[in-house]
Amino acid sequence: MPNLKKKYEIKAKDFIRAGEGAIQTQSTLKSIGFEPDIVRRASICAYESEMNVVMHGGDGTLSLTVDGTWIIIEVRDNGPGIEDIDLALKEGYSTASTEYREMGFGAGMGLPNIKKNADSFEIHSGEGKGTYLKMAFRVSENGE
Amino acid sequence: MKLSEIRDVLEGSVLVGEDKLDVEVTGGAASDLMSDLLRNPKEGALLLTGLTSIQVIRTSVIAGIGAVVFVRGKHPDPDMVAQARGHGLPLLSTPLNMYSSCGRLYNKGLKSIR
Repeated sequence: MPNLKKKYEIKAKDFIRAGEGAIQTQSTLKSIGFEPDIVRRASICAYESEMNVVMHGGDGTLSLTVDGTWIIIEVRDNGPGIEDIDLALKEGYSTASTEYREMGFGAGMGLPNIKKNADSFEIHSGEGKGTYLKMAFRVSENGE
Repeated sequence: MKLSEIRDVLEGSVLVGEDKLDVEVTGGAASDLMSDLLRNPKEGALLLTGLTSIQVIRTSVIAGIGAVVFVRGKHPDPDMVAQARGHGLPLLSTPLNMYSSCGRLYNKGLKSIR
């Protein structure tokens, strides 16, 4: 598998462009030729975390690294941070505004879904410190 | 079920994907909650929704949705249509509401994705 690194900017509250980084990530992974299952899981994680930054975070970045046997997606933002990470990982817990709920998001399913889909998942956050997410996906030897 | 049959059953119209009327969808899902689709994605499924935001298109592409039907006569804006076209995602519109649309398709044999 080729090694590569790509980075996309995420703008807070920019719902018109929200998700473009994840779409680009999906098309990059598809064009490299990874199996559909790993592409789907990585794309869903990229998209969920990008939407989280748009809804809750400040500005941020989404980066994709393909490194040997791993696909790594890192998302960081300079937003308000998460006060209680355990609570944020609970299904159904959400601090999203009505505006975002009306757009089909903010049901408190983003972070739990990321955790479910990633082979390895790290989150670092704190009040006033922004949020950093690292999601990794193991590529098996036959590219699956 | 083929897209052409879905169009006929729902008395709807095809907005994007006239060249894909023979494509078969793998099952049906109905939701205005995009998070639901990301949680249980099924490659090639039909999505029925009353939501017309650009995120419907992006969520569908990420989740591998095969085609989208907008219910209650809703129409996506030109930007959504253009993006769907770019991704090869068929879009349909029906004057029927969500409940009737799902009922008709289910009766004709299109099962839920779960």
